[in-house]
Amino acid sequence: MSTVAAHHDESKSQYFWVWAVLLLLTAVEVVLAYRQVFQPVQMLEALMTLSVIKSALIIGYFMHLKYEVRPMKWVLMTAVIACLCFMCIFFADAFRIVELGVR
Amino acid sequence: MADIAVPHGLAEAYEPSLFGTYSKKIGMWLFLLSDTLTFGALLFAYSYGRISNPQWPTPFHAESILNATVMTGCLLSSSLTMVLAVLAARRGDRSWTRNWILLTMLFGTAFIVLHAMEWSKLIAEGMTPFKNPWAAGVPQFGGTFFTLTGMHMLHVTIGVIYLGVVALRKKWLPILLLLWLVAWWFTPAENVFHVGVHVLLLGTVVAGMVLFLKPKDYDAHDVEIAGLYWHFVDLVWMFIFPLVYLMSTRVTG
Repeated sequence: MSTVAAHHDESKSQYFWVWAVLLLLTAVEVVLAYRQVFQPVQMLEALMTLSVIKSALIIGYFMHLKYEVRPMKWVLMTAVIACLCFMCIFFADAFRIVELGVR
Repeated sequence: MADIAVPHGLAEAYEPSLFGTYSKKIGMWLFLLSDTLTFGALLFAYSYGRISNPQWPTPFHAESILNATVMTGCLLSSSLTMVLAVLAARRGDRSWTRNWILLTMLFGTAFIVLHAMEWSKLIAEGMTPFKNPWAAGVPQFGGTFFTLTGMHMLHVTIGVIYLGVVALRKKWLPILLLLWLVAWWFTPAENVFHVGVHVLLLGTVVAGMVLFLKPKDYDAHDVEIAGLYWHFVDLVWMFIFPLVYLMSTRVTG
């Protein structure tokens, strides 16, 4: 196996920190959901916010996107941005059906 | 870094890559980009139904949530061991690269087994892709749930097979075959996974074709690319877990 020099500073400890934060955020999600802290709409918003933070940590650190060049970051983020846009459209429409019914 | 050696003096003849990295890595990222949209469609289909149906079933009581939380812990821990494998591969430490990948596969396998147990429990309670015992007026719950989580379980299974190929190469084939036989033998005939485990046999055939038709010594780049795939599988679960399980928690159950 050939040795490949990392082109950025990496330490093992930062990955352990990211892992700990991800586990902590998961625990927060479970507590929020199981104790029914919010109403469904607020619960969905809170859970999705935490999930976006968790996914940003995974993409940025574990998948090393943080260390890629700018064009790579922008191209890859198009899919994420498209998904977030779809989420805003579909989820809002689903709430409309609950409140106004199907016409 | 290029995958092939460019003779000295010719490097200037080529334009530098727009994305500043080697082509295999760009290829994997593009695949993951398309897979993001596939999973996005499945997630939106499930979530749209969940939000727009006040009668949506909430079958996930304390035991299910605990099970899903442990599954999440397994995937997050597997991502940590995978990134440590990538670091070991960059150092050229073959032994620790293999050890970390094997630990990643162990976490992945634990996830699959726990998920299969959860599926079996729901099926035993009467849930199918076309009906569920909790809300007769919401038949799409089973279909959207099994499609979304089944697609993810398939990705995790493929990931474990892929990592086995990178870590163990041809030694992985007899182990995979043995795993298939054991899983098939010990799964009751009436269980859906008695047929489902044949994915392992199919995986053995595909892995065998890859290993025999293009034998190679997998290097640090290959480990990094396999890691990208594995982290993506973890990433998708970060949305499935809250949308499917936490939004359908049965507090009183």
